[in-house]
Amino acid sequence: MMTGPGIELVDVTKRFKGQTVLDGVSLAVPQGETVALFGPSGAGKTVLLRLIAGVIEPDAGQVRLGGRDMAAVPPEDRGVGMAFQNFALFPHRSAFENIASPLEARRHSAGAMRAGVETVARMLKIDHVLGHAPRALSNGQKQRTALARALAGRPKILLLDDPLCNVDAKLRFEMRLELPRLLAEEQAATLYVTQDYREAMALGDRIAILDRGRLVQIGTPADIYFAPATIQVARLFGDPTINLLDVIPETDGRRPFARLSDTRAPLDTGLVHAVGRPCVLGLRPEALRFVAAGTAGAVPVTVEAETPLNEKTVTLAVTKRGREILVSRPSGTPGPVDGPAHVGIDASHAVLFDRSSGDRIVPKADADAHKRGAAA
Amino acid sequence: MEHESRLERWLRGIALALVVTFFMFPIVWIVLMSFQTNETILRMPPSLLFTPTLSNYEALITGRLVSNAGVLEIEFMSNLMNSAILSVGSVTIALLLGVPAAYAFARHQFRGSEDIAFTLLSFRFAPPLLVLLPLTLYFQELGLADTYVGLIWVYQLICLPLILWIVRGYFEDISPDVEYAYRISGHSWWATFRDIALPLARPGIAAAGLLAFIFAWNNFIFALVLASADKQPVTVGALAFVTASGIQYGQIAAAIVLSIAPTLALALYAQRYLVEGLSLGAVKG
Repeated sequence: MMTGPGIELVDVTKRFKGQTVLDGVSLAVPQGETVALFGPSGAGKTVLLRLIAGVIEPDAGQVRLGGRDMAAVPPEDRGVGMAFQNFALFPHRSAFENIASPLEARRHSAGAMRAGVETVARMLKIDHVLGHAPRALSNGQKQRTALARALAGRPKILLLDDPLCNVDAKLRFEMRLELPRLLAEEQAATLYVTQDYREAMALGDRIAILDRGRLVQIGTPADIYFAPATIQVARLFGDPTINLLDVIPETDGRRPFARLSDTRAPLDTGLVHAVGRPCVLGLRPEALRFVAAGTAGAVPVTVEAETPLNEKTVTLAVTKRGREILVSRPSGTPGPVDGPAHVGIDASHAVLFDRSSGDRIVPKADADAHKRGAAA
Repeated sequence: MEHESRLERWLRGIALALVVTFFMFPIVWIVLMSFQTNETILRMPPSLLFTPTLSNYEALITGRLVSNAGVLEIEFMSNLMNSAILSVGSVTIALLLGVPAAYAFARHQFRGSEDIAFTLLSFRFAPPLLVLLPLTLYFQELGLADTYVGLIWVYQLICLPLILWIVRGYFEDISPDVEYAYRISGHSWWATFRDIALPLARPGIAAAGLLAFIFAWNNFIFALVLASADKQPVTVGALAFVTASGIQYGQIAAAIVLSIAPTLALALYAQRYLVEGLSLGAVKG
């Protein structure tokens, strides 16, 4: 893997009409890495990409590309490839001319231009529509043309603004499989904006989560999934969504536990300091399973409804105290019919959040390890 | 609309015919008049039957009007030339200044940009007489009175706001992302303006240019006050036909036919752009 400074953002802040859209965002994407920038709409993702591309200027902070400060560098000299969410194809030019525009700007010869366009068009399977005008292309072809245009100049910095949001489900699925290979080939520093957590998990080497202009968490897909920094992040990742239950952790002297309908769900020993605080316990639906009555640690519930998804079946159950929980199991495995049942809890991946701040309560040993890691 | 009865079709045909007759009649009548002598024009009752004559056109083109009172020199052809010079000159300058300005107003919010744009538009609201008196004095002082340059300058009051405001709307309709994409591809802002913004706004520029041309061509009051005989356009020159020996209806009619011919031809040629261009927003790229 090629390494080296790709995209570096240092404390980037942007305000529009007094409203802070980006608030001290710092992020580094080295050459060859793909970071999925994930967040709800209005979080500032597109603004961030535009700041990097240079079409808007930050109010404070620094954008560095390839190790160089970009403060006075206009967009055409930044060596960035960008695919826009709305494609932004040049309507009066053919697909070929659209894709060729980065090569044209660098005054490539006609032959080199043709070769460059055809290579990238073949890769994206649009070589048969190169003569068409953008309005004659299907959405999928438009999206690929926009992507091809971003790739044609072989940029070291690749900015992809939700390129799959306007294409149909089948193509989106195909592209989600193809894109990682494509991006690996390019070896660029890639920032991939998406609102789809599955896309973020599938495409990102790391995921950066942006919410209301702040980076909430940066980490590998597994980090984000199993150790979400906030309740908000936990809720955004995972389908069906995580079960969030209000608890006040207690302790029996040896280890802390959360009381769920008279049953004790054991917590990480590092969470002793959370005892007595109002918390929210996050339990992934796949950490719950139906068990026979009488199993140790089983929570009695009433089954309300069942939704078979393709590969898994999701059951909505209600505890004795009226809390709704989702239980997921692989489709085809036996499950309960309507009525009373029992749910067993695998608490090894349970996460605990502070109820007032919404931040994850990091287990103590973990936190110590973190500190040591930071110091090293 | 698809299921209309024969009666509806007939009624619609009649209504359209009435409207067309109403609007076209003066033009048809003028064309007929231009081929008649004053005697046949003033005949009572008027008749559609007459022996056509080219004498009116002949008089205009040779510049010698022979009437029973004597020979009158008229400068219609030079007036026509003046009209062409003034209209083409002012529209060209208005396009050169107005299109980049429209782009700036559409794309950049700078301090006072709305105020400047609105001030320019307000030139269209102000009655021309309001500015004429001070302008006449200034122009005499500056030596611009009775020059093409001075007139073309004043004509900017007509052309520039029109072009600026119509073309601005077109630039605003172009998604900024399309321009950003071109710049990020490695092109300068100038190349982006030339290769993306201008071609995409072309229908609007064509429509605005044509409208400005028609307004400039039809202008009367500025030229009447600021130009003497040798710089007068046809609109003012036509007054020469009101002579001491009577009004030369035949020549006036021929002069009108000749003077509306260029705008009419231009409008017919650019009709496609006009319809496309004036239906703002319907032609997004």
